[in-house]
Amino acid sequence: MSLDLDQALQTYIAEARELLQDMEDSLLRLEVDPNDADTIGAIFRAAHTIKGSAGLFGLDPIVSFTHIVEDVLDRVRDGDVVIEANLIAVLLESGDHMLHLVNVVAAQGEKLDADAIARESSLRIRLQAYQDTSSDSSHAVQVEAEILLQSSGGGLVETDNWHISLRFGQNVMRDGMDPLSFLRYLSTLGEIVSITTMFDALPPADEMDAESCYLGFEIDFKSDADKATIAGVFEFAREGSLIHILPPHSKLTEYVDLIRSLPESETRLGEILVTTGALTQQELEAGLSEQQISIHPDGSTTPLGEILIEQRSVEHEVVQAALDKQTQSKDSKNKENRYIRVHADKLDELITMVGELVIAGAGVSLLAQRVSDNALQEATSVMSGLVEDIRDGALRLRMVPIGETFNRFQRVVRDVGRELGKDIELIITGADTELDKTVVEKIGDPLMHLVRNAMDHGIESASIRQAVGKSVKGTLRLNAYHDSGSIVIEIVDDGGGLNRDRILKKARERGLVAPNATPSDQEIYNMIFEAGFSTAEAVTSLSGRGVGMDVVKRNITALRGTVDLDSEVGQGTTVRIRLPLTLAIIDGFLVGVGKSSYIVPLDMVQECIELTESDRQLTRDRSYLNLRGEVLPFVILRDHFDVEGATQMRRENVVVVSCAGQKAGLVVEELMGEFQTVIKPLGKIFTNLRGISGSTILGSGEVALILDVPSLVQQAVNRESLHVSTKQIMH
Amino acid sequence: MPINSTNKNGQSLLHIEGDMTIYTAADMKNELMTHMAQPCEREVDLSEVSDIDSAGLQILILAKREAEKHGTSLRLTGHSRAVLDVLDMCNLASYFGDPVVLSCNEKKGQ
Repeated sequence: MSLDLDQALQTYIAEARELLQDMEDSLLRLEVDPNDADTIGAIFRAAHTIKGSAGLFGLDPIVSFTHIVEDVLDRVRDGDVVIEANLIAVLLESGDHMLHLVNVVAAQGEKLDADAIARESSLRIRLQAYQDTSSDSSHAVQVEAEILLQSSGGGLVETDNWHISLRFGQNVMRDGMDPLSFLRYLSTLGEIVSITTMFDALPPADEMDAESCYLGFEIDFKSDADKATIAGVFEFAREGSLIHILPPHSKLTEYVDLIRSLPESETRLGEILVTTGALTQQELEAGLSEQQISIHPDGSTTPLGEILIEQRSVEHEVVQAALDKQTQSKDSKNKENRYIRVHADKLDELITMVGELVIAGAGVSLLAQRVSDNALQEATSVMSGLVEDIRDGALRLRMVPIGETFNRFQRVVRDVGRELGKDIELIITGADTELDKTVVEKIGDPLMHLVRNAMDHGIESASIRQAVGKSVKGTLRLNAYHDSGSIVIEIVDDGGGLNRDRILKKARERGLVAPNATPSDQEIYNMIFEAGFSTAEAVTSLSGRGVGMDVVKRNITALRGTVDLDSEVGQGTTVRIRLPLTLAIIDGFLVGVGKSSYIVPLDMVQECIELTESDRQLTRDRSYLNLRGEVLPFVILRDHFDVEGATQMRRENVVVVSCAGQKAGLVVEELMGEFQTVIKPLGKIFTNLRGISGSTILGSGEVALILDVPSLVQQAVNRESLHVSTKQIMH
Repeated sequence: MPINSTNKNGQSLLHIEGDMTIYTAADMKNELMTHMAQPCEREVDLSEVSDIDSAGLQILILAKREAEKHGTSLRLTGHSRAVLDVLDMCNLASYFGDPVVLSCNEKKGQ
């Protein structure tokens, strides 16, 4: 039992976090389009759901705070409060506080610390400004809008009792609730002065369903409780029921509206209200006659038929509203049903199993090839195709669009922009680009740092921008796209760009660059990712704030990704992060050197060429090839990995790989073709190994190493340029 | 059977036993309505009703209304504590118009 509850609580926590995220997104959307009723509704529903579910778990701190937020939102929804920047700011902060409450109260089961309590009370005060001061209303229950009819007397009725009109929905009892128990509960909050049971809705005997509820009550209630508390009594019956709560001394017109909105006839309701003492006879007559005059300003008496028609139209609207509400909740249910919550561990398990299946499948294909049975080979090739589909499908389960991560930055950009006094617009493109969930989770922090940096140091202040003739509004762009087996994330700002000379000077001071070397612009810019450049005074245009760029780079490298940077003075800076799509299974290209096998990620392979004898001769004194007139630096894997055993092949091959725009050749002896590679991480002791990113198991059971192409390419390029520069010096 | 019917001097006496709740409501309604179809005066003894909820209350109201419609009479007698509580809470005693006497165990019927 307690376990079930605990699980339910976990679900609540996860849902609440999602809802708060939705709420934040909607609030930001509202900032752009303040009159979007759908968005306002969405925010309200989010707050309402959080409050309602918190109530089920008895998380009172969440209920009480969220209630105020919900209150304000309801007034926004009714148009009583106008959306403006301050309100959005308060609501955003309230959302943050609610998240804090969920994290502390629900997830850890602890009490708030002093800071949080102080923050809450200040938020409460700020929210109160938007709350209805005359009566504490709640939206748990339909609340009378205070719209005065033009011709109404508007006088207050004498009674100091609450008046509650209940018409229960037909399904109330089927949903396991007994209307009478609501009354019993209500009577604990105060005194039921009078009550009239309404059963006009009860159909003829043969049409009556004994399990449907046809009852209603008109209650006069004396209590000191506030409206929210009274409304809360009927919280669970809200669906499909008509519930009206009029506070003491409500306006006469409100009673008239009430009478008109209830399904029974005016006369009958009027009588009841008089009998129970809610209204006096005079009040009733005055109210109803003015009501009729308001329909007919010329003062002519309203024919009975018209009243009936009028009444029907009212009924029709009520029914329509109830119907709308039902469809709405049905829609949202359907939407929920499109997703299944799956524990991440289960997915990981599935992917591990698929990995094993891929390896086992490779073993079967290998055996099939050996026995050279055509039918068997055909069967295995069909199976491999299916295994490949399953692999893709399983991996796709873990793929999530990056948009969610990007959208979080709307808030960051807004807040940081305000803090810095800069007007910065965030443009998001490629939000649909998908990547592995684990990668998404880990990319958040580096992205945050880069975005803050771009805003803080990249984009100039409005006055400077104006002076150099740029638009005052800065632009920050987040973009994502797929490119040869990796996902590329770009953070582009239109700021002042990097100061190349200053970086170079600093780099020389720190000994990162030899005094006489002349690195390319690209290399200079990328130096800001070096550890020595992480302090604020080192470079003006980037860095500062906690983690330095070196940490960003380290984080990204840990994900087998790379980061580089482009900048143009006065035009802005582009930071490009390149990440592998997945961390689990890749399409590999199997190559052999001696008796060892290596795997090159297939997406990086451009072409395979033969290493001719003449080229072979030339490699003795230079480390590049001529690829159709292009300089192609290369790495001889046999030398690089110090492979033992004589060459068995007559000739060697060059696998041309490309990575981040650079090409290099890998000299291998055997090309063994495509291979589905399940990446097995290397143990800790191999973490410093360069040029290897992982291992895998071949169909034969042998181990093959996965080449870390980016680092090999980098090595080849560096060595080649070193080679060239030493040569120049020697000459 | 929750409803026992006996005939006494040309009027039928219905004796309801057990719960009048949502769980028994459908059966209760069918049975009671069958009895209501007979054109005679009737008395419903509620002294053995152990529990009554909104569903049960609705059926009593329905029975009363049917009786009025057919011009016959329906009298509720011997209200048990549970029935009394509900009628009291809903202020319906006057609707049924029966003299409400708190039934003691030894006193059944009128």
